[in-house]
Amino acid sequence: MHSFLSRALRNRSFFIGLIITLFIVFIAALSFLWTPYGIDDQQITTVGLQKPSLTYWLGTDNLGRDLFSRVMVGARNSIAVAVVAVAIGIGIGVPLGCWAAARRGFLDELLMRGNDVIFAFPALLSAVIITAIFGPGAINAIIAIGIFNIPVFARLSRGAALSLWTRDFIMAARAAGKSSARITIEHIIPNMANLLIVQATIAFALGIIQEAGLAYVGLGTQPPFPSWGRMLSEAQTMMALAPHLAIVPGLAIVITVLGLNLLGDGLRDVLDPRLSRKRD
Amino acid sequence: MFEIDKLSLSIGNVPILKQVSLSLQPGKILGIVGESGSGKSLTALSAMQLLPEGSTTSGSIKFNGQELLGAEEELMQDLRGDDMAMIFQEPMTALNPVHTIGDQISEGIILHEQIGRDEASQRTIELLHRVGLPPNQYPLSRYPHELSGGQRQRVMIAMACAQSPDLLIADEPTTALDVTLQAQILELLRSLVDEQGMGLILISHDLAVVAEMTDEIVVMRNGEVLDHGSTGAILRGLKHPYTRQLAKASSHIPTRTLPPVLTTNEKAKKATPLLQINNVSKDYPTARKSLFQPGTPFRAVDQVSFDLYPGQSLGLVGESGCGKSTLARMILALDRPSSGTISVNGVALTNANPKQLKKARRNMQVVFQDPFASFNPRHKVDRLIAEPLYLEGELSANEKSQRVINALDEVGMKPDALDKYPHEFSGGQRQRIAIARALITRPALIVADEPVSALDVSIRAQVLDLLCELREKLGLTYLFISHDLGVVRAICDEVFVMEKGKIVEHGTTEQIFDNPQSRAAKRLVDATPDLERAIANRLRSEKKNMGSNK
Repeated sequence: MHSFLSRALRNRSFFIGLIITLFIVFIAALSFLWTPYGIDDQQITTVGLQKPSLTYWLGTDNLGRDLFSRVMVGARNSIAVAVVAVAIGIGIGVPLGCWAAARRGFLDELLMRGNDVIFAFPALLSAVIITAIFGPGAINAIIAIGIFNIPVFARLSRGAALSLWTRDFIMAARAAGKSSARITIEHIIPNMANLLIVQATIAFALGIIQEAGLAYVGLGTQPPFPSWGRMLSEAQTMMALAPHLAIVPGLAIVITVLGLNLLGDGLRDVLDPRLSRKRD
Repeated sequence: MFEIDKLSLSIGNVPILKQVSLSLQPGKILGIVGESGSGKSLTALSAMQLLPEGSTTSGSIKFNGQELLGAEEELMQDLRGDDMAMIFQEPMTALNPVHTIGDQISEGIILHEQIGRDEASQRTIELLHRVGLPPNQYPLSRYPHELSGGQRQRVMIAMACAQSPDLLIADEPTTALDVTLQAQILELLRSLVDEQGMGLILISHDLAVVAEMTDEIVVMRNGEVLDHGSTGAILRGLKHPYTRQLAKASSHIPTRTLPPVLTTNEKAKKATPLLQINNVSKDYPTARKSLFQPGTPFRAVDQVSFDLYPGQSLGLVGESGCGKSTLARMILALDRPSSGTISVNGVALTNANPKQLKKARRNMQVVFQDPFASFNPRHKVDRLIAEPLYLEGELSANEKSQRVINALDEVGMKPDALDKYPHEFSGGQRQRIAIARALITRPALIVADEPVSALDVSIRAQVLDLLCELREKLGLTYLFISHDLGVVRAICDEVFVMEKGKIVEHGTTEQIFDNPQSRAAKRLVDATPDLERAIANRLRSEKKNMGSNK
């Protein structure tokens, strides 16, 4: 474990990605305890839009709310949505993929073609459908993104499991009379953990973008609770007047996704040195 | 023509090669022999200047008077593939799977000779003819996956010889192939050397192959040249202790104290057979001919029947693809036969209930060929060995660990191995762990699928000794699956020869070796390299050469 950490920290993209990610998580966690101002407090005394200043670090929006506080709380929201959506994807997708790989034949075909159908719907479209049925809200955004994640993980784990099933040590486990469910839990899943971890960080980054996208069109988190995506869409009408309203949440999204992608890239290189494109 | 002088190589700070010197004349074959880790492959890679990053070299490598160490990459690119070429061990991975064989061969020709596509493909056709793949049967438009291992190795040779190189390096060119293919490929290499007058460096761990092929031999160990001279003299004289040790190990036959159990023996026949195989066949579906027409199934195993009695040691031999591994999988109940029955201790596996199946499985365990692939890399040894104990229901932790320690002890390993991961062991140690895993349920039958093919000769001898010793101590019955008759000869009493899914010959090991009847058995016996025979031939031709030189 120790050697893993020291190897990991020597990897530049892992290191930078880790720092950015930890920073965003820290900001999100801090927002539970402290924000410079209440997220709904309108700073009437200063009247509406403020440029960034010492009092309001990132300025205020058209309603006089402190932007920095809202970005902090928005981070919490984005992370929560992405984490739960990835968990749904892994929790349902991996068992489905492993099941398909273990059983093969008709079941495999059925599951994977079902997967293709889900894959054919973009997250935005399924979110529209879910919103039409249940109404808009953060929970429904989570479900929509989660459903989008299921086939991603199902496919990945099926492919990995298929190649693992032909290995000798799986044969030995079968010769030991173990059931396919047991072999999957004991041998298959631990051996594809690397792949899953890397895919999870990437799905996490995607989840943040998708959440922002859904919120942008008004299908995600509802006002007045802040969300990066909706902050962007609200800033749209005031682009010329106050560009910082769009730049701040936009940058927050870009930096978070960049951090996660770097982390995922670095993790892949560290966990599976054979895939590494450069030598350390 | 080619000369390495005091070559030293280190990667990072680890010294790999120490003062290696060797030389090669045109039209001659030089063998480099050694076990894994002896530096024989890296010597070859230094000659091609294809060393991994972070390597530092000193000494000199001269090729046609040109110094290669520290030569410009441009010069090397000119030489590689044109004047010097290389063939690798694994023909599966050395060809690009998305290009046709025709494209891959002609690519090099076009690159080095600057000729047109048509002319190049004409040359390609000639080359394929030369390596024994007539283009009317094997058109240029074939992809590597449409060829067998031996055919792919022929394509590799065609690519390497396209420019009539002065120097050809073959790194274990036949290790991944079965013996009959090995004999064909070696024959092809030899005739190419004679025809084109090139120098060939043959790297191998198999002394018999080297003895048959080479004029001169270099024995390496731990990056040093230990022994060097003409093949016949070195292998006949065996002056160097390490060479002697290698030669001994490669023709090692374990000593046994108990008489063999033969089915020809009436007494053995009275016992109940441990394993009964009755008219077993296995069909695999093939691609559909059309939407409404299913393909004709491929019959991998065809109406095989035999009995195996307790204490027997039976060899199942045949070329690759003859169905022997499929049969083994069915015996282990990992695959269902399409027809016929397999019974263990009188219980048919095909319609056994789960409880009976568990009992049968406890009675037979398996050892695989590749000691690197047969363990879950994420588990420690204690858990790996204990895996089959699952078949015995719940055991207390104490009992479990006692059983594991006993099993390790039986294969001659210490309990401190328990807390390690498989990658911390060498190939031979891993194969011991694999045997421990097979022994832990106290099985009566061990099915071994090429158990020593992936091991170095000295390790192979040790593992064979271990298997033989365990048989006598624990009263095991062995079913050995192999294409290597040398191994079968060392450990089996009786042999079944398989060809195209059928058993074509059956007899005691001596009968099959000394007097093979069927075509398949004859081919296997003829193709098996034999150290003694090879040395005798080598000495004869060396004497003749000396005579003609005078």
